[in-house]
Order: sequence, then structure tokens, then C-alpha cells
Amino acid sequence: MPSFVIMEKCDGCKGQDKTACMYICPNDLMVLDKEKMKAWNMEPEMCWECYNCVKICPQQAIDVRGYADFVPMGASVVPLRGSEDIMWTVKFRNGMVKRFKFPIRTTTEGSAKPDGGYGEVTTDLASQCLYNEPEALRLKELPTLKK
Amino acid sequence: MAKFETVEVTTDILLCGGGMAACGAAVEASYWAKKNGLKVTLVDKAAMDRSGAVAMGLSAINQYVDITSGNNTVEDYVNYVRNDLMGITREDLVYDIARHVDSSVHLFEKWGLPIWKDEQGNFVHEGRWQLMINGESYKVIVAEAAKNALTERGGEYFERVFITAPLMDGERIAGAVGFSTREEKFYVFKAKAVLAAMGGAVHVFKPRSTGEGLGRAWYPPWNSGSSLYFTLIAGAEQTCQEVRFIPVRFKDGYGPVGAWFLLFKSRATNAFGGEYMVERKAELDNWGSYGKVKPIPANLRNYLGMLDEFEGKGPIYMRTEEAIQKIAESLKDDPKAYKKKMKELESEAWEDFLDMTISQAILWAGTNVQPEEKSSEIAAAEPYFIGSHSGASGAWVSGPKDLAPKEYFWGYEYMSTVKGLFCAGDASGASSHKFSSGSHAEGRAAGKSMVRFVLDNNTLPNVDAAKVDELKKKILYPLDLFAEHSAKSSDPDINPEFMKPKMFMFRLQKIMDEYAAGVTSGFKTNKAKLERALELIAYLKEDSEKLAASNLHELMRCHENIQRMWQAEVHVRTILFREETRWPGYYLRNDFAKLDEANWKVFANATYKNGQWEMKKVPVIGIV
Repeated sequence: MPSFVIMEKCDGCKGQDKTACMYICPNDLMVLDKEKMKAWNMEPEMCWECYNCVKICPQQAIDVRGYADFVPMGASVVPLRGSEDIMWTVKFRNGMVKRFKFPIRTTTEGSAKPDGGYGEVTTDLASQCLYNEPEALRLKELPTLKK
Repeated sequence: MAKFETVEVTTDILLCGGGMAACGAAVEASYWAKKNGLKVTLVDKAAMDRSGAVAMGLSAINQYVDITSGNNTVEDYVNYVRNDLMGITREDLVYDIARHVDSSVHLFEKWGLPIWKDEQGNFVHEGRWQLMINGESYKVIVAEAAKNALTERGGEYFERVFITAPLMDGERIAGAVGFSTREEKFYVFKAKAVLAAMGGAVHVFKPRSTGEGLGRAWYPPWNSGSSLYFTLIAGAEQTCQEVRFIPVRFKDGYGPVGAWFLLFKSRATNAFGGEYMVERKAELDNWGSYGKVKPIPANLRNYLGMLDEFEGKGPIYMRTEEAIQKIAESLKDDPKAYKKKMKELESEAWEDFLDMTISQAILWAGTNVQPEEKSSEIAAAEPYFIGSHSGASGAWVSGPKDLAPKEYFWGYEYMSTVKGLFCAGDASGASSHKFSSGSHAEGRAAGKSMVRFVLDNNTLPNVDAAKVDELKKKILYPLDLFAEHSAKSSDPDINPEFMKPKMFMFRLQKIMDEYAAGVTSGFKTNKAKLERALELIAYLKEDSEKLAASNLHELMRCHENIQRMWQAEVHVRTILFREETRWPGYYLRNDFAKLDEANWKVFANATYKNGQWEMKKVPVIGIV
């Protein structure tokens, strides 16, 4: 069913105008049923299983059941995404469980400076250098053809 | 007509798209725009944090030239790309992207992307040009820098607005129109320069999985050919629209194979233990000088594997167990070190999927696969349009002043043949192998170029209000059609007066699969089949005026499938035009089954203007 909402856990993001899953789904699949106050995936066969709804849900109310047309049942892959890393719990059909943890970013959220700290190096609009080059290339000059 | 509020936005520079290329453009254009009193506006169909092809994340950066190491030059990269594309590439564009790409990667690292380092503190290369990353949040980080650049420098961005048509002032682009997928609003963006960076196309061909797994395309299903449609309808010349990409990936889940082939040095073997790359080596001699280069071009590697399949020698297996055992073998005498290494390799293997193709991890878990113990099947997927990867489809754009031959230069790099319309990422053609990082770098270069253009052409183009009204009516028409007729049938999807977008897509996919060298026709076609495809596409095109939508989401789907239909048509026409087989692992013309260097070592370009198609050969001019 690709991503699906666990009815017991979903709180519809407490009646805000849009839920976290609606906000993030790259394919516009998640909708809120305002009567039930539960989100749902309206087009599961268009789901890429990108897990962005699973990762963003504040209630951990979204899970993924592998595509039934080629994945045998019983497995699950569950992420827990923090600000610096992500934990994965992989449950096999035969019951085996594996856990993995990987870093996701080295800086604090929101802190990305567009110039990367390389500064405004090239100020000439006619130059082929982009504004933080050649510093950001870690070269003395931008390569060009030797004529 | 459906009652939608019209929202008008006037800007200097309009960036259509929110993926890697558009984010690169936002960063660079914002700087120059602020300096020159101009405004930059970005429009994304989804949320920038998780939009585009990198929405899920990536486990590798596929283009890093590593010029500072002294191991590689920009020229080396150009040679690699030219050979991989069987001689058909714009060397000036590939060169330009390659000389900027390292700075994009350095920026990613500064913004917070974890890139693997070895004990000496150097980047870990997956292959010569590829870096391993912990890329779960790759897009979040890149989008953050883009949003910061826009908001800090007086620009703005719109999310959940789907661009559906260009606005023109004669031969010059004047902006774009689209609609919100969340509220009843029709958007009219007026601009002096416009960037098309709205990705490639998926679901033009019937995918291998057609049930729930329909969405498990290799490239994301939300990339519906918006770039092609937008630029083609604006009148921009297209190039390499025959150069689709067929990825050979882990079967069904479409997990990446790069780390297995390049980093873990895995073999692929058939049902009989045979290795097609060894057993079919002689076949490479049939493909001219391109069969003799290293690395062997992606399409030729595909082709050797396909030949095994054609002869009933599948399944083809990636020998993961053998590769992992081999790496750990040297530590066999030290049980502790061996165990540690195995654990490390296991984790790397799983992260490769968890970062970018989580479905493949579910498939492994669902079939009890531990890669260190058991092989997994690989297979050739359905065709995709992705000029940033090993395909090449996209608009024909100007090269940079200091690199481009005069035939390829018309003033502003990355500007299409339409004045003021720029392209980057999957939207620009014949500059393959830019991937995520190169698309970002190309977007940056295009962003600067757009500011140059605007300062030289600093007038707001005229927009005909009547034309805008006409577009609004046409774009919203599927809602009207549904409202008018739906009550006449017991089924909201089945009605003699209209067609819903899902079945429309299936009809297109069936045509393309069966007549235009899709999976079930073994990637083979010929003139008669292609002409039949055009006949059937013509009916589909007529029926596209009968598309109906019951809500905003379906309205988006209607227009996505119109875009796919045009992508299909330009593809069929270009395959038909090129009377040879040049990329046998992408498609085979059975009536012209060989490489024909004498007649076809040229670009095949297509233009659609005033309802007429024009196809032409354009010389390939090298610079390296």
C-alpha cells in the first residue's frame, strides 16, 4: 500500500490547515480527512516510498507496507530521524532484526550560508567565475581551454 | 469556468522548478540580482526540502572531478562523457559544468552534507568521478541554502504551484502560468528571464510494475516532462530527444548498482554462471571506437546483459556475496578484524539503499536477503528521460563565451533558442553525466547568465491579457468538463464525455511500450512501428482535450500527462528521424541495426512551431 496512516496514532496535526505529511509529500498524495481528523494516502500506486511522510510525522503515525505486487509480506523498515542522524530498524520476513544508524548532516538546521563561507570572491558579472569562485573550487583560477 | 482567483506576480528572474538545478540557480542568481537591484522568484510544484529527483536522498555524488588532486582534468571528464554517449555530446557544455562542479560539492560540504573521508581526510571515491556520502538529507541541505539565498536577498519562493505553460511576447519568453495544487488560485508570473529546471520524465513508458508498484519508478514519478513541454511549446529547439536512459538496477526495487560495481567490484552473472561482460566481449567490436574505450559506455554494458536476456539466459545476478567475501578475505586470519570489516560492509550496503531507494531495503527484508550471503537479481528498467544522467534529452542551449564554437554560441550560456528562456538540469540537452552535483553547478552558471541577460534586456515583456484568459480557461477546463458531465454516469471515472488522467497515462504507456521500444518489445522498434505510434499518439492528442478532473490533484495529473504525451511524441519523432542504431542498450532500430558514423555522427534536433515539426541534423563540434 506504500505509505499508510496508522489510525490510532494520527491526530490530523491537530486541525492545522495542513498536516506535516501533506506539506512534505513530493507527489501530493497525502490528504486530511477533516471529519475523521486523519490523514490518508489518496493514490498509493503513485507512491515512490520516499518515506518523507514517515520521517516528518510528529506522531510516528505513518508506516510503509512494501508494494504488494512484488514484495512478500511481513517485512518492515522504520526510520527515526533526528537532527544529526537517522536510525533504521529493518525487520525481515523471517523475524530477523537489524539496526543501522547514519549521520544526516554536520551543521545545525537552518545554518547553511549560501556562499559557504567562501565569501564574495568574483564581483565581475562578465567573468566566467561564479561569485564564490575560484576560492570555492580550491583552485587559483577557473579552468579554461588552453589555446 | 471554474472560479479561480488570478494571482499576478511580477519579477525579474523566474526560476521554474525547485530541484538541484533550480536551487543552484537560486543561490547564484540571488547574489547578482541583489547587487543589480533585481528580484528572483522560484516556483516549485512541491516543497523544496523534498522536491525533485533528490527528494529521498542519495548515497553518492556522481560527478566530482577532483581537479585539486591533480589526478583528473576537466578534459578527462569531457572525454569520458563523449565516449559514454557514443560521440554525441556538447563538449562545451560538459566542460563548463565539469569546471564548476567541484565548487558545488565543496559548498554542499560547508552547508552540512556528510561526505565520506578516508584516514588522511580525503574524500572517499566510489569510482573515479563518484564520492560516497551520507546523503539522507542531501536535498534538505541544498534547499536550505537556496531558500536562505532567496530570502536574504529580496527574492521569494512559491511552493505547491504547478507550472503548466509558458507566456510569450512574440519570440521572447515573458513568464509562466500555473495553478496552486492546494487552493483555487491561478498564477501568472511575469518575468524578463525564465529558467526551466523542472526535471525529466517518468511514466512515459509502461513500467515493469503496474500494480501498487507503479510508483516505484527508478526516477521519481512526479517528474512528468514539465521541462520538455514548457520549452517545446515556447518554441525552443530540442536535442538528443532520442537519447533515453535505461537503467540496469536491482530488479523491481530499483536499488542503485553503482556502489556494487564500482566500490565493491562485484561481478554480474547469468543463470549459468556466465559473465556477459566477459563472454560477449567480441560484440563490442561492432560498435566502432566506442566499444574499445574504458569504461565501456553504459548503453553497451546494458546491451551485453540484454543479449543474455534475449537468449533466455536470465536471471542476471549481482554477486553481492562474492564481492563482500572477497573484500573481507584478506582479514580471514584475524577473526576480530574480519568480523569488524564484515559489519562495516553490511552497514555500507544497507545505507546505499536506505539513503536513496528504501523500497529495495524492504524488498531485501521481505525476501530475507542478506547481501553478504545471497545474490540479488538485476534487470534493465523501462526507459526514462533524464538528460542529467546517462541519457541526453533536453533543450538546445548556448555554450559559454570562452568555450563554445561559434555555431553553439548566441550570447548567454544556457539560454535556449528562445530569447530569455534558460535551461538547466534535465531541461538542457547533450550535456549528460551532470547528475545531482553537476545540475546544481549548471544551475549556478545559468543563474549568473540570466542576470547578464536581464541587464542587457531590462524591459518587462508585454503579456497579452486575452491570451492569459485563454490559457486560464484551457488549463482549468478539465474541472469544467467533469462538473458538466459526471452526474450522467454511475461511475466517476467512466463516462462517454471524458477521460480521467490515469487511463490516459496507461494508454500512452501502452503505445510507447509496444511501438516505441519499451520493455515488453525488448527495446526494439522500426519505422513502421514508430509511424503506428504516431498515429495512435495523434488520437491521444485529440482526446487530451477530453481530460477531466474532479479536484485539484487530478487537475495536476491531467496536465502532467499532457506533458508526458508531448515527451513521447518528440521521442518517437527523433528515433524515427535517426536512421541508425547508436545506443543499442537504450533502443534498437531493427531496420537500421548498425552504427552509421558516416551519416549519423550528428545531433538530431527537433523544433515544434506553429503546429509544425522540424527535424534536422546538427554537426557535432568538439573542443577538447
